[in-house]
Amino acid sequence: MIGFIVRRFSVSVAVVLGIALVSFIVIQLPPGDYADGYKSFLIEQGGATESEAEAQAELFRQRYGLDKPLPTQFLVWIRDMVTKGSFGFSFAYKRDVGELIRERLPRTLLLAVLAHLTSTAVGIVAGIFVAPRQYSVADNVAAFIAFILSALPRFWIALAIMFFLVFTLEQEHVTAFHSPQYVVVPWAFGSLAETRESWAKLVDLMQHIWPVVVIAGLGGVARNMRVMRGNMLDELNAQYVTTARSKGLNEGQVMRRHAVPNALHPIIMYQGTVLPYMLQGELQASIVMGLPTIGTLLLTSLRNEDIYIAASCLLIYGVLLVAGNLIADISLAVLDPRVRFS
Amino acid sequence: MTLEQRAPARVSAEANRNAEDTILELKGLKTYFFLERGIVKAVDGVDVSVGRRKTLGVVGESGCGKSVTFRSVMRLIQSPPGRIVEGEILLHRKDGDTVDITQLDPRSRQLRDIRGAEIAMIFQEPMTSLNPLHPVGRQISESVLLHQSLSRQAAQERAEEMLNRVHIADPGRRIGEYPHQLSGGMRQRVMIALALSCNPSILIADEPTTALDVTVQAQILDLMRELQDDFDSAIVLITHNLGVVSQMADHVAVMYLGRVVEYAPVYEIFHNPKHPYTIGLLNSVPVLGRKDENRLVPITGMVPSPMEEIQGCAFADRCPEAMEICWEQSPDFKEHEPGHSAACWLHD
Repeated sequence: MIGFIVRRFSVSVAVVLGIALVSFIVIQLPPGDYADGYKSFLIEQGGATESEAEAQAELFRQRYGLDKPLPTQFLVWIRDMVTKGSFGFSFAYKRDVGELIRERLPRTLLLAVLAHLTSTAVGIVAGIFVAPRQYSVADNVAAFIAFILSALPRFWIALAIMFFLVFTLEQEHVTAFHSPQYVVVPWAFGSLAETRESWAKLVDLMQHIWPVVVIAGLGGVARNMRVMRGNMLDELNAQYVTTARSKGLNEGQVMRRHAVPNALHPIIMYQGTVLPYMLQGELQASIVMGLPTIGTLLLTSLRNEDIYIAASCLLIYGVLLVAGNLIADISLAVLDPRVRFS
Repeated sequence: MTLEQRAPARVSAEANRNAEDTILELKGLKTYFFLERGIVKAVDGVDVSVGRRKTLGVVGESGCGKSVTFRSVMRLIQSPPGRIVEGEILLHRKDGDTVDITQLDPRSRQLRDIRGAEIAMIFQEPMTSLNPLHPVGRQISESVLLHQSLSRQAAQERAEEMLNRVHIADPGRRIGEYPHQLSGGMRQRVMIALALSCNPSILIADEPTTALDVTVQAQILDLMRELQDDFDSAIVLITHNLGVVSQMADHVAVMYLGRVVEYAPVYEIFHNPKHPYTIGLLNSVPVLGRKDENRLVPITGMVPSPMEEIQGCAFADRCPEAMEICWEQSPDFKEHEPGHSAACWLHD
């Protein structure tokens, strides 16, 4: 088991390096760079001449190392990441990219993981519930809802929920993580008063992020439910389930001990790919809801060719994908002896 | 509701006379499948009984209803679409009671107490009949824990003992292994160990050797015979292999299209078959050293669809000796010689 984890982990490290290279190259593909944007800004807004602006842009390139050959830029980027934990410099924010990401990553992950847990838990439970009731009213209603949910565009659901929050519930602040009065409240649980404040802040946080969690999770609920239902139907027809019944187990025991663990197999395998999917769902919802997450950061950086932010975000998505796969592989090995021993 | 309330007194009185030597009686059992295409009469009036500590061989072509009959006994028929529409399945229990299994709710406690503890079943496919995620020892001890008040530790020891009884080498190590680590023959041994772990009075073996290669088949059959003596179990051996039946069975029931067409002691079936279908089956079995002039004789024609409404004898179309009456009226299944019953007009 330990050997299995070590093996999978070392493969993952190699894959992450590959992802770093690819994300860096992809970011360089569009013509022009941030300095070009800066140049046209100087011409249009500052009234500078073509040659003055070009000289400024050249200075800009020298200052941020954009004049160096691409392999050098890449190696410097990787070196600073490993040695200083710095992900490069953001031209637009005039700050270290690492800082920007560190600020946003925990919230982003919080959203993604909450969305993910919601969709998995609800989807699996619904799948287990409808499978033995194939073609019943409950099954058809669940299928209908699932298809609607996965078909509706996320941004549309986001708009609908926002409308509902603002005009029906009359919630005053929707496009932030917190209401203004809680922004400066620290997370502290020392004294009773502090705990009460932090608790109120947590409740406030939940009030603000549940739409994103629901929106990002909804499509996943539908998918997980359909997959789980299909798996359960296969497993309930399997011979070993008949064996389990013929032992004298009751239906609950047959499901819990035999059918469900086997049916979870493909769901767990799919967990590896689901984290970026959740981040993407979070992206659409966060843009509409205006929450400062990694998704919105990536979007703006792509628009103005802020390359280090964009490359770092892509890299982080890649790392999450690899990490998700690693966790899925390990969970699968824990569940299934056939994976463990091969 | 208690068992006594469910089983009418009349049944008990009559049944108790037979209880000495009979463990299971099927009377006019009909199991139909209600599909959109129509009603499939998979089991259409089966009368057969199983003797205590005896082996009943059930033979017939694929689709003749032999598996469905005994899955009905375990109430393992998926419903919908399948349902027992008529008949009785009388089980003479260990405690002396007689219970009609058709009257039990498939989800009831009473039925679950019978499954595994009084009637156990092994299946054709040893590759898929064990759960791939649990060690084999745990799959055996699960059944033991369910029916006997033992500690986990004792149940695990019982599992180990059972693996030893089915001649699996190094059972202490094997109980911790998973099904994919065992060969097909070993898995079938594990299934037998699982089935016998609670001392059932009846073991239903549904084509237990069909998926195994020939040398392993013989070992498994030997094992079943050996354990039958040790455990005092009756065996219902469902197969289409007449060779296996001749070695193993005390009595044989020949099934055709959802009915038992002939029932007799094994010697009688092979040496004095009465039903033309039985004779046809015997003629279509290759025998080593048989002279050239007695070549294999296939039964002509096809099995009719179980959805067809058939007037008269179901076998008439394929029967070399069919008479006028055979197309008009279905023959009754009745005793023609002591202990030898058949459903055929030839013997009336």
